[in-house]
Amino acid sequence: MTTDSHRDTSATTRIERHHYDVVVIGAGGAGLRAAIEARLAGRKTAIISKSLFGKAHTVMAEGGAAAAMGNVNSRDSWQVHFRDTMRGGKFLNNFRMAELHAKESPQRIWELETYGALFDRTRDGKISQRNFGGHEYPRLAHVGDRTGLELIRTLQQKIVSLQQEDKRDHGSYDARIKVFSETTITELLLDGDRVAGAFGYYRESGEFVLFEAPAVVLATGGVGRSYKVTSNSWEYTGDGHALALRAGATLINMEFLQFHPTGMVWPPSVKGILVTESVRGDGGILKNSEGKRFMFDYVPDVFRKQYAETPEEADRWYDDPDNNRRPPELLPRDEVARAINSEVKAGRGTPAGGVYLDIASRLPAEEIRRRLPSMHHQFKGLADVDITREPMEVGPTCHYVMGGVEVDPDSGAAYGSVRGLFAAGEVSGGMHGSNRLGGNSLSDLLVFGKRAGGHAATYVDRLTGRPRVAVSTVETAVETALAPLQRDTGENPYTLQQDLQAVMGDLVGIIRREAELADALARLAELRERVAKVSASGGRRYNPGWHLALDLRNMLVVSECTAKAALERRESRGGHTREDFPTMDPQWRRVNLVCSLAGGTVRLERKPLPKMRAELIGLFDRAELAKYLTDEELTEFDALVAADAADAATDDVEKER
Amino acid sequence: MATETAGTPGKQGAKRQFRIWRGDAEGGDLQDYTVEVNEGEVVLDVIHRLQATDAPDLACRWNCKAGKCGSCSMEINGMPKLGCMTRMSTFEEHETVTVTPLRTFPVIRDLVTDVSFNYEKARETPAFAPPADLAPGDYRMQQVDVERSQEFRKCIECFLCQNVCHVIRDHDENKQAFSGPRYFIRAAELDMHPLDARTDRKEYAQSEQGLGFCNITKCCTEVCPEHIKITDNGIIPMKERVVDRRYDPLVWLGSKIFRRGQVPKTSVTSGHSPGALRSSTTADDGVNSHAGGSHDAQAEVQALQGVNWHREVPHPTAPAVDASGKLPLTELTFDRAAAPSPFGDDVTFPLPPEHLNFAHPDQDEPTH
Repeated sequence: MTTDSHRDTSATTRIERHHYDVVVIGAGGAGLRAAIEARLAGRKTAIISKSLFGKAHTVMAEGGAAAAMGNVNSRDSWQVHFRDTMRGGKFLNNFRMAELHAKESPQRIWELETYGALFDRTRDGKISQRNFGGHEYPRLAHVGDRTGLELIRTLQQKIVSLQQEDKRDHGSYDARIKVFSETTITELLLDGDRVAGAFGYYRESGEFVLFEAPAVVLATGGVGRSYKVTSNSWEYTGDGHALALRAGATLINMEFLQFHPTGMVWPPSVKGILVTESVRGDGGILKNSEGKRFMFDYVPDVFRKQYAETPEEADRWYDDPDNNRRPPELLPRDEVARAINSEVKAGRGTPAGGVYLDIASRLPAEEIRRRLPSMHHQFKGLADVDITREPMEVGPTCHYVMGGVEVDPDSGAAYGSVRGLFAAGEVSGGMHGSNRLGGNSLSDLLVFGKRAGGHAATYVDRLTGRPRVAVSTVETAVETALAPLQRDTGENPYTLQQDLQAVMGDLVGIIRREAELADALARLAELRERVAKVSASGGRRYNPGWHLALDLRNMLVVSECTAKAALERRESRGGHTREDFPTMDPQWRRVNLVCSLAGGTVRLERKPLPKMRAELIGLFDRAELAKYLTDEELTEFDALVAADAADAATDDVEKER
Repeated sequence: MATETAGTPGKQGAKRQFRIWRGDAEGGDLQDYTVEVNEGEVVLDVIHRLQATDAPDLACRWNCKAGKCGSCSMEINGMPKLGCMTRMSTFEEHETVTVTPLRTFPVIRDLVTDVSFNYEKARETPAFAPPADLAPGDYRMQQVDVERSQEFRKCIECFLCQNVCHVIRDHDENKQAFSGPRYFIRAAELDMHPLDARTDRKEYAQSEQGLGFCNITKCCTEVCPEHIKITDNGIIPMKERVVDRRYDPLVWLGSKIFRRGQVPKTSVTSGHSPGALRSSTTADDGVNSHAGGSHDAQAEVQALQGVNWHREVPHPTAPAVDASGKLPLTELTFDRAAAPSPFGDDVTFPLPPEHLNFAHPDQDEPTH
């Protein structure tokens, strides 16, 4: 251990210490895939899971994993997938990430089969693929509507199989990869600008634990618990976002939150829980209280060409997608969420404040049970509603944060002032631009999880000396963690969380206004004072009140980023809708808003978007690009096309010679 | 449902009685709470309300709140259930709802139990063995063939089946030799996987997971929130096929004549330590033995290296019975005369001293 250990105080001597090469924080899809890669690269790897192993929020993903394998429609290719992704993200995506994602996701899916995954099959025995909002061809590898569970279980079992190898070769399951379940990281520890370790506590015992490691992969998921109506579990408190900020990394695109259009709205206790988009992909339609199929009124101009104009054409599409345009229920999520929001505001909503999602009148009961078993089960069990007989009541729910740690697209290494920090999955930003397509997150987890894990391992290989954890930083972390337990004058953490959720839900929700956002920032500043004084009763053993008290400061700082960026971006795009600036502005497309932490407060900067490579921008029609790009960019594009044409002409001439 | 919401406004905020077990490994007791319950709520909602009001430190696991993650397993009025899937409307209005932690696992605090037993058993179950001759992307399987395994892969690992299984619920000592329904269906899933390269899944379940302990009371199936037919589709086929292959005289005769080698070796030792240790002499012994197998090869090797007083020798498994519920007895097809040993045919007497579970009074003296 370090020489520092001689100066250990009583507070730190009792702390359990572990030494690893790579510490992966988060045990969802991205975390497990990163850990597998780091372990395969020969690095000693720890996986930190806030819950039990295998319970991560990834299990909630229902629809599938998007990968252009072309099993159902052979016209599909990575180029088409890339185009759909950029289109869905309204061209704000980091193009390189979208490119890598489209190119590598088929391999990542096939690899899962070698780990034991069992996807649904096509007639010729290949992996079946289903239609989904925003995807031009059937592209989502799926297992009924429990694809996320399959993914997490497969990765979990792959880790077990690696542990069995280690047991055989080294005598211990935990020799080279170990899962620390029900463990929360509260602080990253630095040595100068390099990551030196991570500090946290076991939820079970309340005891502290210190991981000394030169590389940390963040895979902590999203921030949904800051919202009142959310499909996210309690773990989604923005831990990774906040840890990265405090370690000197930067966040981008934090103003973009995806509200899934179809969350359950009744009964009240399950408000927010997701109804998979597959219900619509398999024929479900949205109706208002007047019984009208209203989505035809909400097709925006940019999508007019790809979507059906009449219910007849839309209905033909399910059987003959090549000769008909798709139903408007399958528009990207942001469009559908806004449409539902408008219908409800116009007084055409259901009694519980949603709209009807009807599959019962569209498919035979038997077929519904076969194709959507979990949905049938979920509504029967949670709401006592039989979806084969009655429509569901649905409304928008906070689902996914597009924003996250600003990373190098190839390696997943965090930008900013810190080295040795990597991020993958929902906690990273850029891949999805302003709006994520359904199905792209499961493949995102795999593609960038693998990359982050592999590059973290390479980073460790190239290190000349190991960074060291200073005792003083550990002492500070201990004090911060114990503070809520030692105060008895502060407020109850649950009250504070409810207040934070009210601010974010009411003022920084789906539709945003300047005055409300300014108000939200003022309220968040007040909350910051109150959160600093929060107190938790009880002891350290499995005390959820204390755990929430510690999560609150993460939720707060991430909420500040979202509110600040939302106030700054004066346009509407994807997951960010400003009532006072209702249209997309091509000038804003060229700008990313970057958040960093300076002296404890959030600082916002504008940063230009990286420019798409010529062969990638060449994949798009000029007519389509005209909807997104500035005139200046279009002139550049025209010049590019002209140069290409000239090149082609010279090539032809040379061939003739 | 709309009319229901409008028609029963009086139910909003009714007070209900709850009794919740509070305590830790050292002990605890049921505590009474009176708590507001709104229409449409589930037991987990009520627990969350208690955390936000009267009992901020009430420990309870939960994640998805939609019956998909299997975290909020608890016993509600004595029945193992998911808190998020138990609607309050299923109780009488004046009924007191009693919530206790899972009984089979050691309590950590309040409703949270130590379920590490399950993760240990998961680690012992041999993983999927990919076919050597197929590259990623070349896997071809028919939907009907994957569906059998898919049923078991629906498992959300709530461990309610493990909790309710008699073999371990009231007999903690069985935990060593018995993996439980969750891992029987894991074995069944791999056994039915169209491309799994291992062929000894059933034998493994019998010899290493203690499948023979299961006496098919179907309690596991009853409590499964995913409605997996654990017993009918998982356990019984595994038991039947173990019996089929071992005792079907034609299969046996065929294996003798053609020496195809596909007939699995029944003495199966140490499936959970594949590789090096298996190559020992035990590997080919005991074809057609009735024995369930008992000796862990690794324990054997360790035993030979010196006495490890703390080692644990797995329980021998009683020989399996045939379809009529009796020990198979036919001198025509059996490889030896007379009945199989009730202790397992792979056990010879006297037992080697290393295998005796004898603790010397002075064993912990430093001189040892």
